[in-house]
Amino acid sequence: MTTRTIQFLRRGQPVTLHDVPPDRTLLEVLREDLHCTGTKEGCGEGDCGACTVVLGERMQQAGKDPVLQLRAINSCIRLAHSVDGLALWTVEDLARDPLIAHAAGHPLHPAQEAMVQCHGSQCGFCTPGFVMSLFGLYENHTLQGAPVDRTQAQEALSGNLCRCTGYRPILDAAQQMGDLPPAPLNQSAVLQKLEQLQRERKSVDSESAYQSPTDLQELLRLRADQPHAQVVAGCTDVGLWVTKQHKRFPAVLDLTRVTALRQITRQDGQLQIGAAATLTEAFAALEQHYPELHRFAARFAGLPVRNSGTLGGNVANGSPIGDSMPLLIALNAQIVLASVRGERRLPLENLYTGYRQNVMAVDELLVRIDVPLHATQATAQAGDLHLLRAYKVSKRQDDDISAVCLVLRVAVQGGIVTEATIGAGGVAATPVRATQAEAALRGQPWNAATAQAAAVALQAQFSPISDMRASGAYRSQLLASLVTRFWNESQGHRATTLEQIAVEVLP
Amino acid sequence: MNAPHEAALTAATAQAVGQSAFHESAVAQLKGEAQYVDDVPEVRGTLYAAPILSQVAHGQLHGVDASAALALPGVRGVVLAADIPGDPILAAFGHDEPIFAQDTVQHIGQVIGLVVADSVMAARRAARKVQCDITPLPALLNVHDAHRVQSYVLPPVHVKRGDAAAGLARAGHRLQGTLEVGGQEHFYLEGQIAYALPMEQDQWWIYSSTQHPGEVQHWVAHALDIGNHAVTVQCRRMGGGFGGKETQSGHLAVWATLAARKFNAPVKLRLDRDDDFMVTGKRHPFAYHWDVGFDDTGRITGLQLEMLANCGFSADLSGPVADRAIFHADNAYFLSDVSISSYRCKLHTQSHTAFRGFGGPQGVIVIETILGDIARTLGLDALAVRRRNYYEADPAAGRDVTHYQMRVEDNILLPITQKLEQSANYPQRLKAIADWNARNDVIQRGIAITPVKFGISFTATLFNQAGALVHVYTDGTVQVNHGGTEMGQGLHTKVAQIVADELGVPLAQVKVTASDTSKVPNASATAASSGTDLNGRAAQYAARSVRDNLAAFVAGLDHCGAGAVGFVGGVVRTPKGERAFTDVVQAAYANRIQLWSDGFYRTPKIHYDKTTLTGRPFYYFAYGAACTEVAIDTLTGESRVLAIDVLYDAGRSINPAIDIGQVEGGFIQGMGWLTTEQLVWNDKGLLTTHAPSTYKIPATGDVPAHFKVELFEEPNHEDNVGGSKAVGEPPFMLAISVYEALRHAIGSHHAKQGHAHAPVQLEAPATAEHVLNALQALPS
Repeated sequence: MTTRTIQFLRRGQPVTLHDVPPDRTLLEVLREDLHCTGTKEGCGEGDCGACTVVLGERMQQAGKDPVLQLRAINSCIRLAHSVDGLALWTVEDLARDPLIAHAAGHPLHPAQEAMVQCHGSQCGFCTPGFVMSLFGLYENHTLQGAPVDRTQAQEALSGNLCRCTGYRPILDAAQQMGDLPPAPLNQSAVLQKLEQLQRERKSVDSESAYQSPTDLQELLRLRADQPHAQVVAGCTDVGLWVTKQHKRFPAVLDLTRVTALRQITRQDGQLQIGAAATLTEAFAALEQHYPELHRFAARFAGLPVRNSGTLGGNVANGSPIGDSMPLLIALNAQIVLASVRGERRLPLENLYTGYRQNVMAVDELLVRIDVPLHATQATAQAGDLHLLRAYKVSKRQDDDISAVCLVLRVAVQGGIVTEATIGAGGVAATPVRATQAEAALRGQPWNAATAQAAAVALQAQFSPISDMRASGAYRSQLLASLVTRFWNESQGHRATTLEQIAVEVLP
Repeated sequence: MNAPHEAALTAATAQAVGQSAFHESAVAQLKGEAQYVDDVPEVRGTLYAAPILSQVAHGQLHGVDASAALALPGVRGVVLAADIPGDPILAAFGHDEPIFAQDTVQHIGQVIGLVVADSVMAARRAARKVQCDITPLPALLNVHDAHRVQSYVLPPVHVKRGDAAAGLARAGHRLQGTLEVGGQEHFYLEGQIAYALPMEQDQWWIYSSTQHPGEVQHWVAHALDIGNHAVTVQCRRMGGGFGGKETQSGHLAVWATLAARKFNAPVKLRLDRDDDFMVTGKRHPFAYHWDVGFDDTGRITGLQLEMLANCGFSADLSGPVADRAIFHADNAYFLSDVSISSYRCKLHTQSHTAFRGFGGPQGVIVIETILGDIARTLGLDALAVRRRNYYEADPAAGRDVTHYQMRVEDNILLPITQKLEQSANYPQRLKAIADWNARNDVIQRGIAITPVKFGISFTATLFNQAGALVHVYTDGTVQVNHGGTEMGQGLHTKVAQIVADELGVPLAQVKVTASDTSKVPNASATAASSGTDLNGRAAQYAARSVRDNLAAFVAGLDHCGAGAVGFVGGVVRTPKGERAFTDVVQAAYANRIQLWSDGFYRTPKIHYDKTTLTGRPFYYFAYGAACTEVAIDTLTGESRVLAIDVLYDAGRSINPAIDIGQVEGGFIQGMGWLTTEQLVWNDKGLLTTHAPSTYKIPATGDVPAHFKVELFEEPNHEDNVGGSKAVGEPPFMLAISVYEALRHAIGSHHAKQGHAHAPVQLEAPATAEHVLNALQALPS
């Protein structure tokens, strides 16, 4: 089977590639086909960030001018065909792109120059990836006028590992690049060129082994016609099947160009999140209503993975240690499955039937996640409690997989628990709803004894396994500990979490 | 192009040494132009290899069936032990490691052979299809089991001074304890790689990401049964080394060259990250048992210490690593009566190898653990107890000789500690933390200052030599080549600074070229923190020799003594006047004066008796101290490092920015070893943490905003290049302050449960689970 021609924008010019196999990665194309070896492979699984590049996509907004969305992503687990019609920057491009206006006497991009001045590179192997994450930060924040603080810098670089520097000089560079003469990307010129690329793009090539339809019905028809095609969105897990499990995909069906699946809309008291919205976009929408989720969102993988991976992908993939599902379960989210035969809606926790197994038919796709927007503490009546907490325990704070993820949402009115919803990850073969603990809470007075009863019920419901992340006994103990933490937070106790300490007691 | 660093360097002051010059490759690295082995343009016809790995920890290997692999498209063939023309055993120090497993396999991940194919992925796919016929045998997977059955890669070593038993007997207090400390994966960002190219007349050119090109050359020649002179190994830079490319890179090069020989084609072997974890050795995990006696002030009167080093299946560098653990079991402390037994245990795992600190961290952590518990037992401040045990600078006190009979002559630890104690505000913070902990229960804070005293030199005296070449060209530019390798530590930058000053030329006029066995032969590994000490001096001598030639020539022109000729800032001065350096060079060339030279250096004063483990193994000591504050969550065991203050002794720093970078990087790497980096082998001997998804090195979020590193500027008491001191390894051990601060916080929780004086049993790394275990492990 043939594949369609790939065209993307680089240094202001279209790059054309023919006959690229559907399962070839972007990094392979860059290093092996284009001989651009500036971008490095560190791990081949999206965990170290050495392969980070920046993608630019023309995003249509209803009733508004299109905007250029720039995001740093991992090229090692991204399929090459997915950049068709987009703009791409690698580390080699920043000093060479004619669409970046360098200040006179500053041939390097500020992200690069700040790194030199801060002594931010030692062995230099992670450096290209850091530069590209910094480039994304520069365009998305620095140039928007707001100074980058240390926390923003840290979150923007959460998906890049360095083994030499200890990060201090790199975090300094992230904050200081804004002090250099600006070198803005001419985004409107990029948008124009992308529009031109899109116009020239053949609408459909039904013979291609890599299909990326733009229309939902077309997508569902292709899904029905080609049940064996590998479905991908951000490819942050499927990419590893290629690089690590050496799977081959004769045919690939890419969801990310379907406009309807990229949309996030707020209506009827809920957030409707298209399955192909990136995790970055989905969490941003959730945080608007639930700002308390910010830290949890920032700890979900690293930024390049959140920029590529989708909420629908995380849900459909169904890993027992995926972090979005415990949250969505606690928020009582519903999912929408669609096929040429029609749509059906079900509670998220009912999607899973076993380890990475679900109720989806071969022709069905997950197309939307509906997240209710519950009352929050900000708008609560005096004396009432609306507390949502997403807890994640892992070996490393950032860019790690949970040993246990526990998300609790409790509403208390007149001293009585009126709502209690709890999602748990890392404690069973699938993400699960902690029904027994919910039952132990609902209708009870909100006090320490009730919290204790919920902890006991949680431990009774789950018998977690031992693996390289944690022992089963530890996981079980965490379930109770995290309920205690939730109780402490509900009582407004100060100094009961490390997050509070880190800002409170610095010397 | 006038890059910012080049502009800065052109405008540099007359002296380059002492300036924070940018890394010589910084701009190239930032632009993606710096070449690593996998970036070298490939020669036409290059093939790619992937390793065939044992899936059994210990077993008899009966045969290899590659038919399924050979049937795949693009596969050229396999390389097995039978394809080795020379010795099938690697030319490693212990001569106990087969190049490819033959007859037996000794760990999961041991390389049995290679598949060679037209593409990287074709080779990797095919390698998984190779069937190995293995009958499993019982595997030793626990260091205590190995010790029990006396399974050792090398004989045990015992070092004694005084009478430890008597010291224990007369002690007012006595403590016994055990400690388990995990290993560590290097996680260099650039994985292991070698690219072997056949040249004419059975000669070989090898690009290797290696800290030791000379050893790669020797190993390849040995395996191919040819002379060293037929093999050239080159390394421009590594994407990180940390000890992981001291010996382990040699395996890759030997494998790639055997494949290149069999298929008469260039062969590249780049390990997939997971394979890299499975194949290569790591920092040695250690287990300890100790028995210590001490007086009411916390001064140690006697110590018996048993150290079990998990060496994996072969000796590799385990002997000198375990030796260095013995040499550093005193850290900064005088041990009057001590007996140390070191066991080098053989297990069926990867063969553990060099890693920054080279056994030093495994020596230092146990004595720091002991001192922390002594302080708890007595209810004293841990820093006071540490200082009570410091070596004393005054020889009259009789507390200045190590347990291996080396006098500590350059002891500046007390002034360093005092300065840090003040600058970090330790006494006030200690008090504030105690008050805070009394008022709060869920979160407990902890603080610790720990010192380091680290011996600088290879303990194998013969390695303490180095060579360099300095070439001055007729346009006045300078190339320098030396036996050291660049892995990010800034060695090439420092050497260029030294050479620039020696010739009195701007730093931008000096370039350092790739490490190459055909330029400087028989070079030692770039290791033991000694890269700049050795190669910097050798390059300085080479430059000096050229300068002497030029000085004699100019002296002849101006009729003055050669000593009156000065070289500064690109200008050559005599009492008669000035000339541009380039003009002098051109005139000298026209007069047939030699414009290039070699330089050779060997470290003075050192000697060491391997049989008694006594002598002066180290030229000098590097010192430092760190103050770290942490917080723990007693509900979950999670922790955060809140603040780090470091004072490090780099002597008179050749490049303060680079030295501070080494201190910061070393500290955070050490913090990873002791907190998040956990290697987990399952009951089959399979390493289950074999990728960054499961093995967690520190990320940006683990570094506290308060991370203050300062250099203690005092020139080296010994005559070392520029008055500097080594900086690569010692700061790593300062991260033990993180571990001790965590134990302080755990101890505070114990105190509230009525166990103020109980030792804190914390397994390293201090993962959340291990911290929670320690919180709950109260004495019966």
